[in-house]
Amino acid sequence: MKIQVIGSFLVAVLTLAIAPSYAEQSDGQRASTGGAQTLQDVLARQKGIEVDESFRRENLGDPDKAQSINNMLGTQGGISNADVYRGIRYSEVDIKVSNSGPAADVLVQDGGISWLITRATSIRGYAGYGIGGILVALIAFYFTRGRMTIEGGPSGQTIERFKSFERFGHWCLAGSFIMLSATGLLLLFGRAILIPVFGHEANAAIATFSIWVHNNIAWVFMGSLVAIFLMWVAHNIPNKLDWDWLKQGGGIIGNAHPSAQKFNAGQKIIFWMTIIMGASVSVSGLSLLFPFQMPMFAETFALINAVTGSALPAELLPHEEMQLSHLWHAIVAITMIIAIVAHIYIGSVGMEGAFDAMGSGQVDLEWARQHHDLWVEEEQAKAGQAGR
Amino acid sequence: MKTMFTAFAATIVLSFAAYYIMSGMGFSSAEMQSAPSVRLN
Repeated sequence: MKIQVIGSFLVAVLTLAIAPSYAEQSDGQRASTGGAQTLQDVLARQKGIEVDESFRRENLGDPDKAQSINNMLGTQGGISNADVYRGIRYSEVDIKVSNSGPAADVLVQDGGISWLITRATSIRGYAGYGIGGILVALIAFYFTRGRMTIEGGPSGQTIERFKSFERFGHWCLAGSFIMLSATGLLLLFGRAILIPVFGHEANAAIATFSIWVHNNIAWVFMGSLVAIFLMWVAHNIPNKLDWDWLKQGGGIIGNAHPSAQKFNAGQKIIFWMTIIMGASVSVSGLSLLFPFQMPMFAETFALINAVTGSALPAELLPHEEMQLSHLWHAIVAITMIIAIVAHIYIGSVGMEGAFDAMGSGQVDLEWARQHHDLWVEEEQAKAGQAGR
Repeated sequence: MKTMFTAFAATIVLSFAAYYIMSGMGFSSAEMQSAPSVRLN
């Protein structure tokens, strides 16, 4: 096993070390092929090494050198079929098509293969190991730490934790998120798992269903995200209390019950993660929902370049914009799924009495005192004032 | 729990509403990406 790891490392180092020599060799050999690409070029590309392809991109024929009209190929005007196809390959020729839309005249887009490979390897790997990892970690945590119980047992008295409109907003967001996650994962793993297990036809039906649900339930997610933000933002402004809560690990390890208002620091982290990543996944989702109508990466890259001096591509083909939106959408969504799985754990099996907050809205008073003591004091003070 | 199930039901209803509204407004990919000379139906 160790030898394999060392071997892989050496291959990677050697590949990087010899990369420049590939280009040099190619330059030399291209002269002997009359400027055509060489085996070295093909091998370099297969290894994922950057090759300067301007020798092909700019080799589009020369009308000034055209044969006269009565000579062989003279009617082609100095541009061979190969020149035409290279022009199409690199989007360097003026193409007339009957379709509309900004992407219609891009007939070949080789960036698509990088997107396909990234989606099939890195994105699926991140989803599989990330979501699988958090599930394994939570199961291990449950069997080592056990369920967090109400110290001294429930009091029998309850206090209203969330009003029905708050719970309605939460469950619209939660329900739509779970469906979006499930259908997104079905689409992501269709080729890798569903086709080998259930066959192509079943996967086609599942994918058609998934994309319909994904596209239409997304509106509920976006609407309830805005509602959640408006309802709870005032309670989620970070303050000094949160730092104290975090220093004590939120009481998850040990038996301490650090003070908290309506939302503790852990809940605030989940809130802001949901809002920021939810907004980001919504924008990239809208970009996918309205193909080629909402390009955003070229402008973002140009802005990053201006600020940091980096050299990200500030000119992108319409398809590249879609591919980057898709990858970003997947990365943000998977990160959210990983965090929300932990949120679901702590709000259900992980903590006694926690589900009631979003279930009936009524939580045990002792639970509330142990986890949100300052909020209980505020609520009781308000009730006292109202009773006078 | 009643609120939770009401929210789930509302989510389903709103999804269908979104589908019919977006389709009615001509936002399907086929309509957005084809020239006027293309017959879709």
